[in-house]
Amino acid sequence: MAIERATVLHVARLARLALTDEERERFAAQLARILEHCARLDATPIEGVPATSHVLPIVNVLREDAPEPSLPRDEVLAAAPAHAQGFFRVPRVLALE
Amino acid sequence: MRPEDPRGRTHEVVVGLEIHVQLLTASKMFCGCATAFGAPPNTLVCPVCLGLPGSLPVLNRKAVGLGLRTAIALGCHVSPRSRFHRKNYYYPDLAKNYQISQYEYADHPPLATGGALEIQADGRPRRIAIRRVHLEEDTARLVHPPGEGGSSFSLVDYNRSGVPLMEIVTEPDLRSPAEARGFLNALRRLLQFAQVSTCRMEEGTLRCDANLSLRSPGGPPGVRTEVKNMNSVRAVERALAFEAARQHEVLARGEAVVQETRHWDERRGLTFASRSKEESEDYRYFPEPDLVPLDVDQAWVQAVRDALPELPAARRDRLIAAFGLSAYDADLVTATPEMAGFFEETVALGGSPKAVANWMLGPVASYLNEHDTDIDRIALSPARLVALLRLVDAGIVSGRTARDILVEMITRDQEPEAVVEAHGLRQISDETALRAVVDQVIAQNPGPAAEIRAGKARALAFLVGQVMRATGGRANPETINRLLQERLS
Amino acid sequence: MPPGVWESARALRGAFASGTALPSQVVGAALERIAACDPLLHAFLHVDAERARQEALEWDRLYARAGGQADAGSLPALAGVPVAVKDNLCTRGVPTTCGSRILEGWIPPYDATVISRLRRAGAVILGKTNMDEFAMGSSTENSAFGPTRNPWDPGRVPGGSSGGSAAAVAAGCVPLALGSDTGGSIRQPAGFCGVVGLKPTYGRVSRYGLVAFASSLDQIGPFARDVADCALLLGVIAGHDPLDSTSADVAVPDFLEGAARGRDRIRLGVPAEAFGPGVDAAVAQAVRAALDTFQDLGLEVQEITLPTLDVALPAYYLIAPAEASSNLARYDGVRYGARDESDDLYEMVTRTRQRGFGAEVKRRIMLGTYALSAGYYEAFYIRAQKVRTLVARDFERAFAKVDIVVMPTSPTPPFAAGERVDDPLWMYLSDAFTIPVNLAGLPGLALPCGFSAGLPVGMQLVGRAFDEATLLWAGCAYQQATSWHLRRPPEA
Ligand SMILES: [Mg+2]
Ligand SMILES: [Zn+2]
Repeated sequence: MAIERATVLHVARLARLALTDEERERFAAQLARILEHCARLDATPIEGVPATSHVLPIVNVLREDAPEPSLPRDEVLAAAPAHAQGFFRVPRVLALE
Repeated sequence: MRPEDPRGRTHEVVVGLEIHVQLLTASKMFCGCATAFGAPPNTLVCPVCLGLPGSLPVLNRKAVGLGLRTAIALGCHVSPRSRFHRKNYYYPDLAKNYQISQYEYADHPPLATGGALEIQADGRPRRIAIRRVHLEEDTARLVHPPGEGGSSFSLVDYNRSGVPLMEIVTEPDLRSPAEARGFLNALRRLLQFAQVSTCRMEEGTLRCDANLSLRSPGGPPGVRTEVKNMNSVRAVERALAFEAARQHEVLARGEAVVQETRHWDERRGLTFASRSKEESEDYRYFPEPDLVPLDVDQAWVQAVRDALPELPAARRDRLIAAFGLSAYDADLVTATPEMAGFFEETVALGGSPKAVANWMLGPVASYLNEHDTDIDRIALSPARLVALLRLVDAGIVSGRTARDILVEMITRDQEPEAVVEAHGLRQISDETALRAVVDQVIAQNPGPAAEIRAGKARALAFLVGQVMRATGGRANPETINRLLQERLS
Repeated sequence: MPPGVWESARALRGAFASGTALPSQVVGAALERIAACDPLLHAFLHVDAERARQEALEWDRLYARAGGQADAGSLPALAGVPVAVKDNLCTRGVPTTCGSRILEGWIPPYDATVISRLRRAGAVILGKTNMDEFAMGSSTENSAFGPTRNPWDPGRVPGGSSGGSAAAVAAGCVPLALGSDTGGSIRQPAGFCGVVGLKPTYGRVSRYGLVAFASSLDQIGPFARDVADCALLLGVIAGHDPLDSTSADVAVPDFLEGAARGRDRIRLGVPAEAFGPGVDAAVAQAVRAALDTFQDLGLEVQEITLPTLDVALPAYYLIAPAEASSNLARYDGVRYGARDESDDLYEMVTRTRQRGFGAEVKRRIMLGTYALSAGYYEAFYIRAQKVRTLVARDFERAFAKVDIVVMPTSPTPPFAAGERVDDPLWMYLSDAFTIPVNLAGLPGLALPCGFSAGLPVGMQLVGRAFDEATLLWAGCAYQQATSWHLRRPPEA
């Protein structure tokens, strides 16, 4: 099972990874090998089998609508790579105005 | 000049709306942070709504209840089991770079489906079908500081991150920008009466995106564009009118409409194509493993139905039946829950229904329009309005003066009596005092007086006006009329 | 050798109560032991020595005030006992890196629920242990801060991803440690380091504050040198937590007391599939010998079958990376952690992630993103989730006949450092017997059952959901009849 270079580029872009050419080649090969192994699943009959996204039989876990104290802002912004005037600061987001 | 309404042209307008409303909860959808409006940036945040490593979401029961209330009010089918999913895309206003939402596929229905809302279009009722109602979390607020060509950075405030949001999607049943406006107003009214949301577009507690396409009658649906960034009901109507006209011209030129997202520019009054946020709209939805399924049984649905607040139609009909209001007046009085509540309170305090309705839809309404505000935001209480009406009934002030007193009461936040005293607006009921004024006016206006004596009644109105002016409007017109005639006959 | 470091947590707690040892002495000794061992082992990413000493002194005072066994009994279960925790557990005010550059220097503003529970139980947290970056790995060689070595042979890997915790316990630095297990990350290193490790039932222990790898599979669990200590620590961290929607509201028994109580007619099931060609002869032989011991102890042993055992691995390598690709999307340089500056947003985010993540993490993010992306979702992710259902059904069928399923913790003894780093698939195969247990959400207990050429061999006892008690009982019975768990690695 081979993965095209274009697919690797598309996936890397979706995942926000600026892969090097070397990584792209290596991952393409390694992913192909892993997916080849995963192809074993095709041999397993799954007609009518429900998908398990969760093993627990739990439903309806809800919290009451009661406000609780938030974090102190200094502590929050202390972790920020960049902040200004109480906001997190990021490179210009393409504004539409 | 572009036609505001392309109906009657060869193409039929097909519109579907996607509405997001912030739910009236005290805390956020998945954490305990408060949902207060306008708090200082990043003061209402915690590990969960900041998407800190290790944090986990827990669903807000009230938010689910408000979602169900909406579903029931719209006559939707409530899914016995619904799930939450992750919508994956990168944007700085998404704390986790995925939004917890309710995606819809095969065995995973959203909170509710189906249903409809009836609106009036050109006086005829129209049933607009609802496709689905689901719950999700709001994004953070992005601020783009101005600068030459926009400054080099943007700022993020996560206070809004995780605020409970409900998405309502209609079928493409709307046939004109005006209908879209009508639907939005009806939906907003419904959600306000159901106490689900404040639905203030200017504050962003109600947001609306629209899909619009043109179709030759009976023909296949055309290519649709998505219109965003409309900040008022009026803007939605204008944007759709523009977009309909734009698409019509594209087709008229023999070109094809491009499927794209377009942004409404309020100032320039036009829509423009915008580079899409996510180069590829591959959201990689999958079931949110940090949350468990939501099961809603019949008992829960019934409990919500039993607790459903009175909806606009029922309220209107009740006011008509109980107070003999005209359908027209009742409709206006129930424009918002606040108006309806104000009306009923005022009547309960002894105001006559007809008079209260007239005052609310007349002087009060025009004050609200002039100052672009709402009944619950001004210094006018039902008790004060009743007091004012009493002064008029008792003949202490004239109806005309009362209108000025009303404005004074609101601006000065005073009782009507206080305003009357402060400005000496008490109506002159003492006839001897009034006769003196009348004689004086006759003396000052010999010409008109002579005409009246000569039987020309036309001049009478003029003299009445003169007396009114001389008394600062504090005299009763009928009395003046009588006294003048006594003197001049 | 400084006193205390090889004692069990239970023995230390007793010694503190009776006044024959002071928490400050033992914590001091443990810190000395770390100072002595860690330059070679590199089991710790952060040692909180000052805070630990202060807390220990406080416990000295409280024991003194309590004076005498009886009153000292009123102090909490781990009062003054030194503990180490994996670096993917959020600790307020203490760096938490998950073995990744992208979280270097991040200091959580909150404690994970298990950390709060440890503190309430009186544990003295000495530091944060090394791990494969974001728990992705089976050798602790994927740590951005350098690998951890196996105390039994520095040329061998300690297993992973909780290799730091396993090595710290095996080397006598601490009697207890916490790890996390998504596909075997507690049991496989426990087996490689010759210590006891338990992956509790999914939902038994709160995940709040555990930095997520694959949310539907992650569980936090204890490491110890014997099963009884493991039971003691599980009792401290287990229980319902309103902050974790997937934490089960199930009663928590007294595991320690339950492990000692007598039981009869416990049936063991042995899946033929877990002793096939891929399994090292010495490993198979050691586990079979353990089964004989169990029979001598009066337990029944019977053959069972887990037909889907071999498709569990491929299913896992679609499900876990898919969830991980989404869980790790938040590391974008905006709110916390490292950032690679650029005045273009897309550039800033992609470079930050490119620089901040190691090869294995990128590989799995790529794999998971691919498995979820349009056109592949049904073929990969949904299919894997259906196979997951079949794996769970296999175990259900087995537990209709038996109470415990016995397998090796991994197919081979600890492998040589560097041996598998360039062959991901080979690396993944070392979790072939632990992964199915995570997919089914069941509890798995790993404990030493022999040695091969001086290297530990581990066996795994798998039980019914929320029946850790039976596993701990069997483990205790086994360790009363054997002495593998009493062996110590050679002093460096
Ligand atoms: Mg939405
Ligand atoms: Zn919050």
